This record gives sequence, structure tokens and C-alpha cells, in this order.
Amino acid sequence: MSDLSIVLVFPGLLGTYGDRGNALVLRHRATARGLDVELVEVEPGQPVPAAADVYVIGGGEDEAQGAACELLARDGGLPRAVGRGAPVLAVCAGFQLLGESFPVSGDPHRAGLGLVDVRTERVAQKRAVGELLLEPTLPGLPPLTGYENHAGRTVLGAEATPLGRVVAGIGNGVLDGAVHDVEGGDLTDGVLAGSVVGTYLHGPVLARNPALADLLLERATGGPLPPLDDAEVEQLRRERLAAVRAQTPRP
Amino acid sequence: MLAGRLTPLLRLGRGSTVGGRVALTLDPRLLDRLATGRDVVIVSGTNGKSTTTRLVGEALGVDGPVASNRTGANMTEGIVLALARERAAGRAVLEVDESYVPSVAARTHPKVIALLNLSRDQLDRVAEVRKVADRWRQGMAQLSPDCTVVANADDPLVVWAAETAPHVVWVAAGRGWVQDAPLCPWCAALLAVEEGAWRCTGCEHRRPEPELSDVDGTAVSTTGGSWSLRTALPGRANRSNALVALGVALATGVDGDRAAAAIAAVGSVDGRYERRRHGQHVARMLLSKNPAGWSELFTMLEPGVPVVVAVNAEIADGLDTSWLWDVQFELLAGRQVAVTGARRADVAVRLTVAGVPHTVAPDLAGALAALPPGPVDVAANYTAMRDVRQALAGCPVVPEPVRVPPVGEGTEPAGGAA
Repeated sequence: MSDLSIVLVFPGLLGTYGDRGNALVLRHRATARGLDVELVEVEPGQPVPAAADVYVIGGGEDEAQGAACELLARDGGLPRAVGRGAPVLAVCAGFQLLGESFPVSGDPHRAGLGLVDVRTERVAQKRAVGELLLEPTLPGLPPLTGYENHAGRTVLGAEATPLGRVVAGIGNGVLDGAVHDVEGGDLTDGVLAGSVVGTYLHGPVLARNPALADLLLERATGGPLPPLDDAEVEQLRRERLAAVRAQTPRP
Repeated sequence: MLAGRLTPLLRLGRGSTVGGRVALTLDPRLLDRLATGRDVVIVSGTNGKSTTTRLVGEALGVDGPVASNRTGANMTEGIVLALARERAAGRAVLEVDESYVPSVAARTHPKVIALLNLSRDQLDRVAEVRKVADRWRQGMAQLSPDCTVVANADDPLVVWAAETAPHVVWVAAGRGWVQDAPLCPWCAALLAVEEGAWRCTGCEHRRPEPELSDVDGTAVSTTGGSWSLRTALPGRANRSNALVALGVALATGVDGDRAAAAIAAVGSVDGRYERRRHGQHVARMLLSKNPAGWSELFTMLEPGVPVVVAVNAEIADGLDTSWLWDVQFELLAGRQVAVTGARRADVAVRLTVAGVPHTVAPDLAGALAALPPGPVDVAANYTAMRDVRQALAGCPVVPEPVRVPPVGEGTEPAGGAA
């Protein structure tokens, strides 16, 4: 019986942007603390365990997202896990499908799993692609850095809290066709809803943001966890933050 | 006339496509004009374009001069430059970026189009592989029956795209990476693989019967004919590129034996696979720019040889490095590894999580210095390969070691390094 079980949901369908790396980072950081870790990659046709300690679901293409949502709804394991308060990291398409509805080709309001108070719309203007930097909502977290690549714009319900305020990039974006303010303003990214962390940050997000990885691990294991030597990641973060600050605003 | 006014522009800056861009602004029909009266072959796909274009160029070259574009200059401007530079060549083989296939096909009326594979690459520019396949499919439907599409039967997205063409030759070009077509492009059900052939679990679509296959080193056509298929380039993917190139040559009317011989003679493509001596090291240059490419590269690494991983993220590479996490770097465990390139910090974090100890260096010389003397495999992505080639430009080329078969083995060398 392992100390920590991680479930990676449908990496074949929702792994287009390297997001399986989030599960690899969680396993690495838990193992480095001496924990015995089991990483389960669930593919269509296999049941999603309802009792795992932490779940990771990533981004993918339109049709794959629609197929994944349907499969997850029928299977029921992930909704049960969310219901019992298991930590879930949901990125991009994975984040969108947890909400009320999301757009796919030919269907602008495909039903989501309804587990999180967000809905996603497709907008006519260009995709949100580029470095994304957030000032986190949760106190004690350093800036969250990553790379976004999505067409949808996500509206948070009145009760939903964003993961962070956008310092650079688009994140959840706005729906009314207004110019996307690269300097932030009212733009936010992602969501914090119960045990679910949703975001548009790729990178993968946990590779670039070890503090967020440790937050999820502490929730999953009951924490706290001893610190790790993150000199290499800090070097990466310094470079990425400098790159964002140096970049010209997106057209 | 047109040529006189534009020729100086088209000679602007060797290796640059600026001249092409300006010329096209002055004459948007330039590409169409330059292609008129020539037999044009288009080669496209995510991986293998440059190599296959080179192999096809050599194969067609047995019958006379062939125009071709430089690697990387595979969008409209680069194609215009290639066609303008070599006006006398009656045939042209053009490497074409996946996003440009429909427009270039419509404007050059090719005799043959080779469609190799489709997988994720430069996702900041091409967010969904499926959408590229959809545009290919629409483009193929517009082709004249005089055009032959030589297409990879083992790639479901390529089959989806090519089936609308009036005339298709299916080639068993194989498939190493399977992550980008999990769903049936026709009905969206899950795809399965049965005895090496893909099929849909929900509808009748499956791998089409190939006309051209590689049977133990011999290319065999179901219409009769077989040819010895050898290549001096390493790895599975290059055998597949050679098979497609032969298929293209046959569709163009070139003699199969002469085409196969020309293909077999190619030992290096734009510096790839070339070995150069740098101080105490012999560096072999390998290009790998996305997960599918790395999946093939792992099959080319020699046991025990140290590896340099060089990664940039300029526009031509794709600006995001998330793809590194879809590469099974765990397979480098046990080797000595050094990391360089503009995005070495990203690679370092990836390798640590993969359990691969490594040193990080600001340039190739520093990376090599961290490794024991002797052979080194340098795996670089697109612009990092450019940087590596620059760093090794003054270094002597080391010829491929000749493999002497032990007594008792056949005298015919196997496909692979000569």
C-alpha cells in the first residue's frame, strides 16, 4: 500500500501539451521526501479510481476533450473523487471540462462535468498563446509562471475564486471582444474551487511552480513536507520571469 | 519581363527568404508562374520532410537537373526562391511546411505529393494537429487526377487527409509515435492497433492495404516490382523516408533500381548524422525537435555513448518547451548527459525529474568538455542544430566507420550506417 497514489487521467486524450509532466513532478517531489508513490495512468476503458490521493488532468484537442468528458461522466470516478475533496489539478481542456459547459467543434455548449462553477466559451478572436504570469490569490505562493495556448475564454461563477491575477498574458480572458490587457487589470486565470485547482498554465505548471506542487502534495498527504533543493527550478523561474518582463506586449 | 525585374530581389541574402517575400508582394502569382511547365513534387509531414526531400531530389536527379528548396525555407517565400534560382531545372522537389500544403499544391499543380506523418510540433503555431489534417483533406479533394498522392498508410491522420485525393498510392511507412491520433478521424471512436495495423473500434475504417511495403530490406510493390531498399542513414524513420522517396520516384517515372541506388548513397542531410572531431570528442549530430522525433532518436543512440541535449525555443523551434515532458528522457538513464542551448534550464529540470544526472553548459564546447573523450551523440532541435553546426563548422568531418561483417554473415550490409 503506497503512501501516495497519483492518478493521471487519460494522458492519451488529454496530454497534447506535456501536462503529464505534472504527474511526474508530483511523483518526483513525493519520492524525494521518502514517500512510496504509485502513479496510475488511466486510459479510456479503464475505471478512474475514486479513492486516490491526487488527480492530474491535462490539455488536449477539441474532439479528444469531448470524448474524455463523456467517458468521465459515464465512469463517475473523478466526480466521486472531487465530491470527497480529493486534490485535483486540471489544466486547459481538463480545467474546462470540469465546469458547466465548454466549446468543441460544432457544439459551442458541450455539457461539462458540472463539478466547478465555471463555463467556457469560444471567442472569435485569436488564440491566447504565450507566457502567462500570475500573482496568486492564495497567500504565501510566489508568482505562478507558465505558457498558455487555448482558444476558450472561461467565466467564473460568482462564488468561484480565481487561481491568480494575470500579470502578463490572458488566462481566463474576457468574453466581450475587448482588448486583452497584457499588463493585467481585471484579467484572472484559473480557479480555486474546493479541492480543485484549475488553470491555463502549461509549462508544465508544476514543473515551473514547485510551491504549487507542494501545496497539492501537502493537501494529499496531510503535510507539511520538508523543503527540497530547488536550485535548478529557481534558475528556470528566474529566466522565465525575466523573459516575461522583457517581452513586448502581444498584438 | 517578370524575371528580369525580380531576379535581383530573388538573389537577396543567401539563406534568407526576404527576397522571396518582397517578390511575392510585387507579384502574388509568382509561385504559380515559376511552377508552370515543370514537374513539381511536394513533400510534407511533421518529421522527415527535409530528409525525404533530399532523397527524392537525389532519386529524380538520375534523370536530369532538379530544383529544390533549402531546409527551413519551406514556406511560400523559400519555395519561390528555390524555383527562381534554378530556372533550367525541369523538375522541382519542394519541402513544404504542413500549414502551407493546400495553398502550394493549388498553385504549383504538383505531379506527386508525399504525405509522411502528422504529430505535435511547434504547438504555439499549430495548436491542433487535427486541424492541419482537416485542411490537408480539403486540399487533397481539389487535386487533379494527374496528381499522385504518396501517403503513409500507418498514420490515421494522413489516411484521413489523403483519401479524398483522386489518386493515392498507400505506402507502409510505419509509425513510431502514436500519441496524436487517439481517436478515429471519421467517427471519433477510439482507435486500436491489431497486428501492427490501426483500426477503428467504432466504424469500418482501418489501415488501407499498402501498395508499397518494406519487406526485410526490399521494397515490394503490389503492382509487381521489387527493389533493394538500402539507406546510409540511421534509424527506423529513415528507412521509412527511403521507402516513401522510392514511391515518389516511381510515381514520377524514374527507374526504380537507379532511384534506389541514388537514395542509398545519401549519408548525411544538412549536417544530420555527420560526425565531426572537436578536440577529444567525435560529435555525431542528430536532429530532434518534438516527441515523435525523440522517439525515433532513442532507436539511433549507440549503447554507452554520452549525449549532449541542445534545446532552443526560437520561433522556428516553437516558443514553448512543454513538449520536453512528452519525451521519454528516462531512457537516457545510465548515460553521461550534458545540456546546452537557450532553454537548458528547462531541459535540466526535465532531466532531474526523469532521474538522469546531467551537467549544464552555456555552449557546445562546455557541454563536450563535461563528457569523457570519444564519441558523443549531440541531439539538438531546429535552431540549436544550427548553433551546433556553427560551433563545429571548422572541425574535420570523420567518415562513418566501415562495418566489417563477422565470418558467416551475408555480404549484403543491412540497412543503416554503411
